[in-house]
Amino acid sequence: MKDRKPESEPSMTEAAVPAPKGPSAKLGRDIQAKIGQQLRTMYDEVVKQGVPDRFTELLNQLGTADQKGKR
Amino acid sequence: MAIDAPIRESILAAIPSLRAFAISLCGNVDRADDLVQETMLRALANIDSFQPGTNMPAWLFTILRNHFRSEYRKRRREVEDVDGRYTEGLKSQPEQQGHIDLREFREGLMQLPEDQREALILVGASGFSYEETAHICGCAVGTIKSRVNRARTRLATILSIENIGEFGPDTQTRAVLARGGE
Repeated sequence: MKDRKPESEPSMTEAAVPAPKGPSAKLGRDIQAKIGQQLRTMYDEVVKQGVPDRFTELLNQLGTADQKGKR
Repeated sequence: MAIDAPIRESILAAIPSLRAFAISLCGNVDRADDLVQETMLRALANIDSFQPGTNMPAWLFTILRNHFRSEYRKRRREVEDVDGRYTEGLKSQPEQQGHIDLREFREGLMQLPEDQREALILVGASGFSYEETAHICGCAVGTIKSRVNRARTRLATILSIENIGEFGPDTQTRAVLARGGE
C-alpha cells in the first residue's frame, strides 16, 4: 500500500488559472456539463412556448394603427 | 411608426428567446412579459437607430437588459420575492423527465449576482458569442468570460451543497419520477 507513489501531487502547472476555493474545486466536467444542460433546458422550456398572442396582437395593433394613420 | 415586414418578422422571431432571458433575469413570468412588451415598444420607438442587416436579437436583448437594470433598481424588493412565483408561471408546462432538479437549478441561478447570471445565460443558453454578450452588457469580452466562469463555479457550489442536503427526501421524488417513465 505504501507503494503508491505520491506521484503527482496535483501539480500547479496551471497556476495561471486561479484554483476555485472551497468545495467547488472538486467539481468537474460532469457538473459543468450538467449546468449547461440544465440552463438550456430551463431556457428552452420558455422558448418552446413560442410567441404568446399578446405580442403578436401588440405588433398587429401597432401596425394597424399606423396604417390607419396613414390613410 | 411603420413596422416593415422584415423588422416585424425579426422581432417576432426574437421574442421566445427574449422572454426566456427576461424570465431568467427577473424570475417572474408576468413581469418578464411586461419587460418584453416594454422592450418591443422601446425598440419600435427607436427603430431608426437600428441598422438593418445587423443583429436584431442582440439589439433587442440590449434594450431589454438595460431596461431591466433601471427597473430593477427601482423594484429591488419586489425582485427578491421571487422563488414561488417563478415556477408558478411555468407550471402549465409538462413535467420535464430527467430534469428533476430544474427547480433547484432555477433557485440556484437566482442566487447568483446579476452580472454573473446574465452573462451565463446569454452565453450558455441564448447562444450569443462572448463578443455579442460583451456588447449587450456594455463591457469587455474578458469581463464576460470571467463572469461566466465565476457564475459556473458558484452555481456548481450552490447546487452541490443543495444536492448533498437532499439525498434523503429527494430519493422519493426520484423514485416517483422514475416510475413516471412507464
